Amino acid sequence: MPMADWLRGGRNRDKVREDAAQWVKCPSCGEVLYRPDLSANLDVCARCSHHFRMRAHDRILSLVDGDFEEIARGVLPADPLSWSDKKSYPQKLAADAAKSGIDEAVICGFGSIGGQQLALGVMDFHFRGGTMGSVVGERLTRLIEAATERGLPCVLFTASGGARMEEGMLALMQMAKTTAAVVRLKASGQPFITVLTDPTTGGVSASFAFQADVILAERNAMIGFAGRRVIEQTIRQRLPDRFQTAEFLLERGHIDAVLERPNVKPMLERLLGYARAGRLRRERAELSA
Amino acid sequence: MNPLLEREKGLLELERRIDDLRSANEGQRIDMSAEIASLESKYRQLLAEVFGSLSPWEKVHMARHPRRPTTLDYIAGLDAFDEMHGDRMFRDDPAIVGGFARLGGHAILVIGQQRGRDMKENLARNFGMSTPEGYRKGERLAQLAERFNLPLVTFVDTKGADPGILSEEHAQSEAIAASLEVFAALRVPTVCVVIGEGGSGGALALAIADRVLMLEHSVYSVASPEGCAAILWGDASKADEAAAHLKLTAADLRGFGIVDEVIPEPLGGAHRDAAATVTRVLDRVGGVLDLLESFSLAELLDARYEKYRRLGSWRDSVAGTDGVT
Repeated sequence: MPMADWLRGGRNRDKVREDAAQWVKCPSCGEVLYRPDLSANLDVCARCSHHFRMRAHDRILSLVDGDFEEIARGVLPADPLSWSDKKSYPQKLAADAAKSGIDEAVICGFGSIGGQQLALGVMDFHFRGGTMGSVVGERLTRLIEAATERGLPCVLFTASGGARMEEGMLALMQMAKTTAAVVRLKASGQPFITVLTDPTTGGVSASFAFQADVILAERNAMIGFAGRRVIEQTIRQRLPDRFQTAEFLLERGHIDAVLERPNVKPMLERLLGYARAGRLRRERAELSA
Repeated sequence: MNPLLEREKGLLELERRIDDLRSANEGQRIDMSAEIASLESKYRQLLAEVFGSLSPWEKVHMARHPRRPTTLDYIAGLDAFDEMHGDRMFRDDPAIVGGFARLGGHAILVIGQQRGRDMKENLARNFGMSTPEGYRKGERLAQLAERFNLPLVTFVDTKGADPGILSEEHAQSEAIAASLEVFAALRVPTVCVVIGEGGSGGALALAIADRVLMLEHSVYSVASPEGCAAILWGDASKADEAAAHLKLTAADLRGFGIVDEVIPEPLGGAHRDAAATVTRVLDRVGGVLDLLESFSLAELLDARYEKYRRLGSWRDSVAGTDGVT
């Protein structure tokens, strides 16, 4: 770049910064990856298969056939506790929104996977660590209720540090609210499937994540109730590395399957296919009765 | 050391002196009743000073007070109790107790979280922190209530679910998640009383109910103040600050619609007149059970769904229907 351009300032410097942002270092193997290549590979490191935490929009784009009808988009956070520590809660929300490009930690809506309609909710760790406050609870509850009404299976991708402290008990109550909706969905005969991604803990793991009929997990995802640090402080010793990984949970019998990310969509297609077979079988029985 | 114990020392000293004077006064020719009355007035004044207005952090200590009545104290006040044990799979978790019981005219099923009243019992009961086996025992007993068609009463008193290695290996998340499902759908009337500390998901697992009552100085929180301070600021010693932020008092939660009714405590806290507290709580539970019997099951289930459905606080920028409780 000619020095005159450099001195002219801002725009070019932004360009340099943009170029630098095109390269990402894999935290697992250290490989430097070109961002567009990484995205094309579903945010999986081409060298070591490390699964980066995926953004909700990218996840939805990678899963659904065509259109995605987003619901509850207008449900936005309030500040019921007037919370303020180093920053106020609205300031924290605004900072995360600017950084992540999303306005809350879950995106919900309707679409199809492999031609099969479903209700789909995807959590995003990049907004407040995927924590569940009133908005996450309300959006998910509207989705689950709509799935029940429309007679569609419901698939949720989880990524969460648990309940959101800044909304206090109202955050905890979202566990009860989503649970009540899940109970009605299951009673209506619609299948409920969760895909646990890194990390899934606390109030999310202890509610809808583990209430599903089928529970899948992405490889090496950290999944547990108590945080690792809390357990280590309690027992005063270091936990083995594999503790609370998806693979560990599979061995212990807590989840149905651990999948590499590219295999998640095909598995969902097959599961939705089994569910459809069961539905057709029921309809046939009702016809002949 | 619970800081409230320290502050109660002056009170206990006064109590002792009043008692001494009273017994000395009996059969004496010199009447000391004026002096007794003056000490008693001083005692009431001190009591009001110490306990008149408690900060949220002081309420946390009140909720954890070693002499505060526990689940077994309330159970002892019931008209009958037949304890049932175990999760049918692995273990009988002593941090949760439950069984069939009678309260006035009601045959009920009762389940409660039991912390220890001294160190020995705390070690046996894991400080009231349930393992997955405890929650599975709770689930089983809740379903037993449904099988016998009896109303269910739960007592909540826990710092939280046990955060140990074995609890993770035995699927603590699944145990709590399943318990929430059972309580949300239970086809009998349900009443929950928060009698001490309601710690996070470990408390909620027994706390979805048609009516949630809470003792005046109990606390109920999304995380323990220590846990919240550690999560947000990496410093558990800022727990007092976290307690002030979290809106964890009975009055706060009544305001949010999370708690339906606050039960007053004697001045100085439930432990200062445990017998009266137990009676008052059980009376209220009986009254609520009477009330719930006037609804059909369908009405109860719909109302329970709607109650939790409404909880939360958000702006709705599209429909213009802000959801604020």
